[in-house]
Amino acid sequence: MGRGPMVSQARKSELLFSGSDWDFVKLSRVYDEIEAIGIEELRLDIYPVQMEVISSEQMLDAYSSVGMPLMYRHWSFGKRFLYDELLYRKGARGLAYELVINSNPCIVYLMEENTMALQALVTAHAALGHNHFFKNNHLFRQWTDAGGILSYLDFAKSYIARCEERHGLAAVEAILDSAHALMEQGVFRYHRPPKLSSEQQREGLRERLEYEERSYNDLWRTLPPSQEADKTETRGDGVAERKKSLNLPEENLLYFLEKNSLVLEPWQREVIRIVRVIAQYFYPQRQTQVMNEGCATFVHYTLMNTLFDRGRISEGAMLEILRNHSNVVFQPAFDDPRFSGINPYALGLDMMQDIQRISTEPTAEDRDWFPDIAGRGDWRDTLLDAWANHRDESFIRQYLSPALIRKWRLFVLADGADEPHYEVASIHNERGYSKIRSALAQSYDVGASRPDIQVVDVDLLGDRHLRLQHNVKDGILLEGESRDATLRHIRTLWGYDVSLAAIDAETGAMLSERSTKEL
Amino acid sequence: MPIFIDRRLNPKDKSLGNRQRFLRRAREELKRSIRDQVRTGRIAEIDREHAVPMPRKGTREPTFNNAKDSGQRQHVLPGNRSFSPGDLIPKPGGGGAGPSGPGTTESEDDFRFVLSREEVLDLFFEDLELPDLVKLNLKQILSFKPRRAGFTASGAPTNINVGRTMRNSHGRRIALRRPKQAELDAIAEQIAELESKPASPAIGERLEALRKEFDQLERRRKRIAYVDPVDIRFNRFDPQPIPNASAVMFCLMDVSGSMGEREKDLAKRFFVLLHLFLTRRYERTEIVFIRHTHEAKEVDEHTFFYHTQSGGTVVSTALEEMHRIIEQRYPVAEWNIYAAQASDGDNFATDSERCIELLDRKLMRLCQYFAYVEIIDERESHIFGSTENGTSLWRAYNAVDGKWPNFQMRRIAAPADIYPVFRQLFARQPVLRKSA
Repeated sequence: MGRGPMVSQARKSELLFSGSDWDFVKLSRVYDEIEAIGIEELRLDIYPVQMEVISSEQMLDAYSSVGMPLMYRHWSFGKRFLYDELLYRKGARGLAYELVINSNPCIVYLMEENTMALQALVTAHAALGHNHFFKNNHLFRQWTDAGGILSYLDFAKSYIARCEERHGLAAVEAILDSAHALMEQGVFRYHRPPKLSSEQQREGLRERLEYEERSYNDLWRTLPPSQEADKTETRGDGVAERKKSLNLPEENLLYFLEKNSLVLEPWQREVIRIVRVIAQYFYPQRQTQVMNEGCATFVHYTLMNTLFDRGRISEGAMLEILRNHSNVVFQPAFDDPRFSGINPYALGLDMMQDIQRISTEPTAEDRDWFPDIAGRGDWRDTLLDAWANHRDESFIRQYLSPALIRKWRLFVLADGADEPHYEVASIHNERGYSKIRSALAQSYDVGASRPDIQVVDVDLLGDRHLRLQHNVKDGILLEGESRDATLRHIRTLWGYDVSLAAIDAETGAMLSERSTKEL
Repeated sequence: MPIFIDRRLNPKDKSLGNRQRFLRRAREELKRSIRDQVRTGRIAEIDREHAVPMPRKGTREPTFNNAKDSGQRQHVLPGNRSFSPGDLIPKPGGGGAGPSGPGTTESEDDFRFVLSREEVLDLFFEDLELPDLVKLNLKQILSFKPRRAGFTASGAPTNINVGRTMRNSHGRRIALRRPKQAELDAIAEQIAELESKPASPAIGERLEALRKEFDQLERRRKRIAYVDPVDIRFNRFDPQPIPNASAVMFCLMDVSGSMGEREKDLAKRFFVLLHLFLTRRYERTEIVFIRHTHEAKEVDEHTFFYHTQSGGTVVSTALEEMHRIIEQRYPVAEWNIYAAQASDGDNFATDSERCIELLDRKLMRLCQYFAYVEIIDERESHIFGSTENGTSLWRAYNAVDGKWPNFQMRRIAAPADIYPVFRQLFARQPVLRKSA
C-alpha cells in the first residue's frame, strides 16, 4: 500500500515541470537539462545564452526593427510596425514564439504568453538549435561578428540620433531612404568584408577618410595632365586604367558610393556605411533560411523526444509541443489555398531527418546517390558537418534525396513570361530527380535570384556620369517604376547623372538603357 | 545556467519615434483622409480615434526588383498529383504570378490603421491656424475630481473608514462568539469569591472548573482579534468629471441652391470647431440642426448636410424656429445656448429687418454666444475685405454686432479664416455674461 504513492511521487519529481505556468526557476531548470542533452546527444556547440522575457507589444516592436533589439529610427520601421500590428490584431498572423539574435552571448526572446511547454520547445529551438547554427555555420563565422554586433548597433543608433540633432531629421531621412533603396545592392557577395573594428579604430578610419576626401579632390584638380601618358596611351587604355584605380566593376553599390561619391559629407558616408554593415550582417541569414530553421527544428524535435522518453516532461506537455511542432512544419500542396511557397521549417527538418535515415537505414537507391554517407551510421557527424559547411543552395544540391522528392511529390514548372501556359518540366521520376534538385537549389541561391547590378564606369574628370550595368539572366528585366525611383535615389547619393544599362548576360547585347536624365 | 532578463517592465512604445516619423512623412495624405472623414462623418465624431487607409504616396520603398512579366523562370512546387512532364497548364487570368504563390502578398490597400485622438486633432487643426494655446486647450481631456463611491477592502491607510471597520469587527466578534471582557470579569470575580471561602473539596472542584473556563475564554479571546485585517474598509473614490452645466449648440444653415459643396464643407468645419470647444467646456452638449430656405425645419445631421431643398431664402424663419425650440426644450436656466449660423448672405429683401428684431429682442438675451459666418468666394474676399457693405444679411447683422458683445460675425473664404470667429470664445478667461 505504501509503495504505490511513493513511486508516483518519485516519478512526479522527475518531471521538469507540470502545469502550464512558467517561472524563472522552471525556465532555468529546463534550460540546464536541455543544454546537457543537446551537448551530450547531438554534440552541439553553443554561445552562452541570454534569455529575455518580453510581452507581445515588445515582440511587435522587435519585428518592426528587423528583429534587432537596438535600431536607429526611421519611418519605414514605423510603417512596418503598423502592418505587423494590423496583421496580428486581425488574427491573420500569430506572433513568433521566440526571436533569436546572432550575437555573443546569444540573445533569445521568449514571449510572456507562452505556456511552460512552449517555453521548453522554444528554448530547445532557439537557444540550442539556432545558437549552434550561428556559432558553427561558416557563413556566419566568416561574415558576421557576433561579438560586436550589439555594440555596433548601439553606436549606429546614437550616431544617427546625433546626426538628426545636428543636421535635421529631413536630411538624415533623405540619406537613409536612398541607402535603404540600395540595401540589396549593399553587400559583398564574393569576398569577405572586413571585420567590424572597435569603436576607436572606426573613429580613426573615419578621420582618415575625411582627410583623404579633402585632399583627394585637390590632387585631382591640380595635377597637370601627364604629357607622356597622353602620347602613349590610347583612349581605351585610359578607361581601363580608370576602372582599375576605382576597383571597377564593383557589385557593392553602397560601398562604391560611400567611398567615391563627390557630394557626400563625412557624416552621410558614415550613415551609408551603417546601412551597409547591417545589410551585410543579414546577408548570411537570407542564404541559410532552410538550414537555419531546419537545424533548429531538428534539434527541438530530437531534444523534446529525448526529454519525453526519459520521463522528464509529461504527456500533456508533449502533446502540446507536438501540436505546435506540427503547425510549424505544415506544408500544404501547391493547389491548397493555404499554400504560400515551400515552408523552410518543413523542408529543412525533412532533409535532416532524411540524412538520419540514410545514415542508419539506407536503401539501395540511397547507396547509389549518397555513397559517402549511406549506412555510415553516424548521422550526427554528417549533420554537424552539413550545418557547419553549407548554405541552402549547396545543402539542397548535396543532400536532397530521391526518396524525399517522392515524398514531397515535387515537380518543376517552366514559366515563360510570354507563354500563355506553364509547362511541367520535370516530376518525381528517375529522369526528374536531379533536375528538380538543381532547380530547387537554384531557387535558394540568393545571389542568383537577385538582380545583378554593378558599377562599371565613371569618368571622374569628365561629366562624372555614373554607369551601372544590369546583367540580365534568363531575360528577367527590372520592374520599371521601382527601378526609376531607385535610380533617383542613386542620383541623390552620387550627385550627378546615373544610367543603368541592361546587358544580356549570355549574348552581351544591350537590351535597354535608362538614365536619370530621362526621368 | 543562462542569464535571464525580464524585459516586460521596460518602457513600452519603443517604436513611437518611428511612428511619428511615419505620420509626418505621410502627413498630406493623412490630412486628406481626415478632411474626408470630417466632410462625411458626424460633427460629434471628430473628437475620437479614426481609422485611416494606409497612405501610399511618399511611403513607397523602391528597390531594384525583378519584373514579374519578363524572362524564363522555373518554379519548384510540392504536391504533384497527376502531372507528367510536358503537360501544359493554362496560366490563371491575366498571366499573373500564377501558382508560384510566394510573390502574392496581401494588397497594401486593404490596410487601415488607427490614429489616436490627439493625432486626428493635430491633423484637423493644421490648416485652421489655431494658436497653440487653443490647440492645447481643445486637446485636453476633461479634468476629474475624486468623488466618494462606496467602500473597498484595499486602499491607503489615510482612507480607512473607521465606522465601517468597527461595524465589521463587531459583527465578526459576535459571529465567532468572542468572549467579552465582562464575562471574564464575572468569572474572575467568582474565582476570587470562592478563593476567599474556606477550602472544601466541593469548592476545590468548582474552582478548578472555573479556572479552566477562564483559561479557555482567555485563549479564545486572544485567537479572535478585536480588529482583524478582514474587517478593515477604506473609502473608495472614483474620478468623476467636474460637473459642468449642459450646453446646446444650434447649427443654422441656409441650404438653398446657392450653397455648394465647398460652402457646406467650410460651414461644417466651422460647426465642428465650435462643437469641439463646447465638448471641452461642458459635460453634456447637444446639437440641434436647423436648415432653412424660405421655411425652416429641424432636421437630423445627415439631412442637414446632404439634402438640398429648393426655395427662396428667408433667414428669419430659422431664427424663429430656434426660438421655438429653446422655449420648448432648453430652458435658459439649465442650458448654455450657443448658436452658429452659416450662410452665403442671401436673404429676402424685407426679411433682414425682421432678423435684427428677432435677435435683438429675443435671441441675444438667451444665447451665450452667436456666431455668424458668411461664406464667400475666394475671389470676393479681396473685394469685401472688411468693408461695411455686402450682402443684405451682412449689413443687417452689422447693426447687431455693434450692440451685443457676444455676437461675432465674419466672412470666410478659406479654412484659415474660421478660427478668428471664435477668438473671443477661446480667450483664456472668457467673460460670457448674459447682458441685461
